[in-house]
Amino acid sequence: MNQFQYLRPTKQQAAIEALARTPNAQFIAGGTNLLDLMKRGVLEPPRLIDINRLPLGKIERDNGRLRIGALALNGAVAEDKQVLERQPLLAQALNAGASAQLRNMATVGGNMLQRTRCSYFYDTAMPCNKREPGSGCGALEGYNRMHAIFGFSDKCIAVHPSDMSVALVALDATVLISGPKGDRRLPFADLHRLPGDTPQKDTNLEPGELITAVEIPDGPFTKNVHYLKVRERASYAFALVSVAAALSLDGNTIKDARLAMGGVAHKPWRLAEAEKSLIGKPATEATFRQAADIAMQGAKAFKHNSYKLRMAPNSIIQALKNAASVA
Amino acid sequence: MKDQQLQDKVVGDRMNRVDGRLKVTGAAKYSAEYELPGLVHGALVGSTIAKGRITSLDTKAAERAPGVLAVITHLNSPKVPGFAAKSNPDEPPAIGQPLRVFHDEKVYFNDQPIALVVANTLEQARYAARLVKAQYAADEHRTDFEANKQRGFLPTQAKRNPKSAQNDYDRGQKNGYQTAPVKLEAEYVHTSEMHNPMELQSIIAHWEAPDRLTVYDKVQAVKGTQRAFAKDWGLPEENVKVIATFVGGAFGNGLHNWPHETAAIIAAKKLNRPVKLVLTREQMFTMVGYRPYTWQRIGMGATKDGKLVGITHESVGQTSSYEEFTESTLQQTRMMYTSPNVSTRYRILGLDISTPIWMRGPGEATGAFALESAMDEMAHLLNLDPMEFRLRNYTDVDPDNNKPWSTKFLKECYQLGAERIGWNKRQMKPGSLRDGDWFVGYGMGVGTFGANRGTAKARAVLQADGTVVLQSATTDIGPGTGTVMVQIAADALGMPPEKIRFELGNSTFPTAPSQGGSATVNTVGSAVLEACTALKGKLQQLGGAAFASAKPEDLTLAGGQLSLASNAGTKVSLADLRKQNNGQDIDVTVEAKPGNERQKYSMYSFSVHFAEVRVHAMTGEVRVSKMVSCADAGTIVNHKTAGSQMIGGAVGGIGMALTEGAVMDHRFGRYVTKDLADYHVPVHADAPAIEVAFVDKPDFIVDPLGTKGIGEIAIIGVAPAIANAIFNATGKRIRELPITPDKLMA
Ligand SMILES: Cc1cc2nc3c(=O)[nH]c(=O)nc-3n(C[C@H](O)[C@H](O)[C@H](O)COP(=O)(O)OP(=O)(O)OC[C@H]3O[C@@H](n4cnc5c(N)ncnc54)[C@H](O)[C@@H]3O)c2cc1C
Repeated sequence: MNQFQYLRPTKQQAAIEALARTPNAQFIAGGTNLLDLMKRGVLEPPRLIDINRLPLGKIERDNGRLRIGALALNGAVAEDKQVLERQPLLAQALNAGASAQLRNMATVGGNMLQRTRCSYFYDTAMPCNKREPGSGCGALEGYNRMHAIFGFSDKCIAVHPSDMSVALVALDATVLISGPKGDRRLPFADLHRLPGDTPQKDTNLEPGELITAVEIPDGPFTKNVHYLKVRERASYAFALVSVAAALSLDGNTIKDARLAMGGVAHKPWRLAEAEKSLIGKPATEATFRQAADIAMQGAKAFKHNSYKLRMAPNSIIQALKNAASVA
Repeated sequence: MKDQQLQDKVVGDRMNRVDGRLKVTGAAKYSAEYELPGLVHGALVGSTIAKGRITSLDTKAAERAPGVLAVITHLNSPKVPGFAAKSNPDEPPAIGQPLRVFHDEKVYFNDQPIALVVANTLEQARYAARLVKAQYAADEHRTDFEANKQRGFLPTQAKRNPKSAQNDYDRGQKNGYQTAPVKLEAEYVHTSEMHNPMELQSIIAHWEAPDRLTVYDKVQAVKGTQRAFAKDWGLPEENVKVIATFVGGAFGNGLHNWPHETAAIIAAKKLNRPVKLVLTREQMFTMVGYRPYTWQRIGMGATKDGKLVGITHESVGQTSSYEEFTESTLQQTRMMYTSPNVSTRYRILGLDISTPIWMRGPGEATGAFALESAMDEMAHLLNLDPMEFRLRNYTDVDPDNNKPWSTKFLKECYQLGAERIGWNKRQMKPGSLRDGDWFVGYGMGVGTFGANRGTAKARAVLQADGTVVLQSATTDIGPGTGTVMVQIAADALGMPPEKIRFELGNSTFPTAPSQGGSATVNTVGSAVLEACTALKGKLQQLGGAAFASAKPEDLTLAGGQLSLASNAGTKVSLADLRKQNNGQDIDVTVEAKPGNERQKYSMYSFSVHFAEVRVHAMTGEVRVSKMVSCADAGTIVNHKTAGSQMIGGAVGGIGMALTEGAVMDHRFGRYVTKDLADYHVPVHADAPAIEVAFVDKPDFIVDPLGTKGIGEIAIIGVAPAIANAIFNATGKRIRELPITPDKLMA
């Protein structure tokens, strides 16, 4: 890892200014992703601004919204009473990620901003447009078993690895941001972006912006929810495919639904059309199958990930069945 | 331990590890943990091409980086005397020439060490290593096994030695399976499995004088390492000292000496300071060997009533371009079942990759995946229970050489295992059992490994305080060697284990072979037994007339005196015995070696593994829900450590079957899965309840302890048991490991 300057401000404004002053400086929260990237030479920030002294760790409910501070730990959020009561889908998604040790270090802000796990991104001896724009996409013609089936470009076919973000995008969350130009709010669905011609940009954050919290509006999704994560070992692996499913049921009729997928695109992949198809229908396998078909429209696979074309719709059906508790 | 038990034998007890406390409290010192004055740190730079030449190396930025003491490359490396000579190409494990690090500008594989940066701190060394820039003239490389499989060749050692087991083999009629009424032909592939023990490969090299080298090195062979480095540096063996007191798991990767070891020794020479070098996790994938990618084809024929007519088993395994790595992939096929016709063909394929090495159950585990899968496939074709099919082809003599087995209790293993797994729940028709969203299936796989015994020396010293210290230059890579040696000695001496210490992992101790091939207890345990017997003999002598006619087992050493168990009145104090011995510690060293039993008997350990798996109907995820492993491994010296060996092997087998497999991008000849996030070893949640059962019957033909060996059979046969259970659950036969959900969804 490179040598770097280390700052640990206690004031939010100081942190933002410190970042803005140094090109390529990075905030560091839990460090569970950033330090790995630095050790592998993927990132070489000349300055780290440790934000752990900022008062951004609270989880509170206010005005019909749950507000989770950017520094709240993944483990703490997953166990929080209000989260479990109001947004159990989020707790499930968090618990599906990483390991207990990592969840005890990782923060909510860091989790949503974690970088892709594409092997070509991680190996500085291989091409990667995200790491080194213009060097080419190693995965496109290479080993792309973990890669995208939606929303990719010929510059980048990487996927976003976060489990938590799949639940947040399904739950209509909003990101609270503070930056050199002041504070702003951004729908969570607009935080991450598709790669297009600039895969080096993961998100729509402006330089120097700090995430301070995420807000989730109260909703009816307190019971019939399920986060399904498919992976080849029982724990501690990134998703091949994951599905966040939330249903609001009236008897057996679906009143409202939220659906998103992970492991399939450069951003957490909300399935708005599929959601619509569910509303007003009976919670049956046939309904779920139809939603899965809609969700998969436009999917396209590469050499090693065509299994996702079956695994993804199956996972949607399974997640909805589990959410509805349909045997 | 209860006093009561002390009256009885200690061998067989579930004695706790003698070093358990040291390990769990962190007091045990592993090779990278020695603090030497003036110690500095190294970091290796790897090549980024797979084949070619280094045309220039820019080390200036690295040399200028903070704390850097030297950047060593082929341009400035002190010459290793042994590298120049065309030395001993016949030495195991390979024919060829181990990579000569920093010897010249040639590149043989991607991530080959091309420079070593040495700095005051590890962080400084690692940072500066990133600043070294190399230019290459790349040659076209060949790394893709599948594209080159037809280039497989017979290993040179087989060509040179007609008796080598790697030669083409035909028993009965060549390809006789083809004449059978029921036939199957199938191909099996096993992807490279990488060595990832918890402890990273590490060494501290220290030239104590210009001609005296000490290394604290993570190896499985302290004597072998001593010999190798003495030869490299043109030194008398006794001038090289190798310390490996604790090893944090090795599984075979410490059975060869690797380039990083010599790199550290070179650096220590150049700087005249002790140099520590610990590989990174990513470097574990390229610098210390791995279980080779292997392609196999089986042709199997049987009669309609389930008698094997013939088996033809071919295999091609990966090796590097500079060393011929071989293993015994096909042995189980020759000896496990009564088949009048057996043909085997063993080939290796040299690619522009680093040299493979043995990994637990080497070769045999790979071969058993194909053989035991094929047995299951044939049983299915015959509509026979796979255990019944195996029993119909059970053999009471070794069909390979017609010798009797020294012992074989495999039928007992079948029975024990079948009961415990609940084999009667298995349905003949695949896909018939379901538990909610999961298909449920049962499978079995058989394993075997030679019950080997080598020659070893052991020393036993009775000290003034009445305690006994034993020494032998073996290692303990995790199985609990030190513990069982104490148990063996306790029984042999009639002393409580607390009074006995066993020391290992030091090349100055009496010679012992590497810890490998499941042979340590057979080999070193026998030496310990003989050393203890010799020590008692010496005491008897020193004790004089009163003891002269006593039987050795009647002699007891306790409370600072030697006495007769049958007559407590006959005794002599330790102090008096020492007086008789000119005031010295009573000290014996013996060499123990096998006799000619191998000419008369065929000697093997056996195991059978049963797996119950669940396969998700919608997602293709596989979970092993229960495993039972049964072994005929002779005398079980310690049921606790032996049981742990079996459980560890079963978990390793789960990895082999379901999660582990390194993937290379052949455009670059570079691995793409090279850390523990991408390369999946099983986690706790993947390891179900694993039951272990031992037949626990001694085999006194193999050695005087009756032991046969456990380490390898713990994993051999596990992967096919799981693959067979997946077939039973789903009707899908996956012949390529690891069996990941994508393959089941295809
Ligand atoms: C072995 C392993 C397995 C894992 N498995 C999973 C998994 O299965 N599922 C999953 O979802 N995740 C997984 N993870 C990833 C883990 O969730 C992330 O590493 C973690 O959430 C990152 O949080 P952090 O606080 O440590 O972020 P850091 O590493 O500190 O930061 C990550 C990035 O976010 C930026 N950042 C952090 N906080 C802020 C902020 N408030 N405002 C602006 N920028 C900020 C940093 O500058 C940095 O660029 C795994 C990680 C590892 C190492």
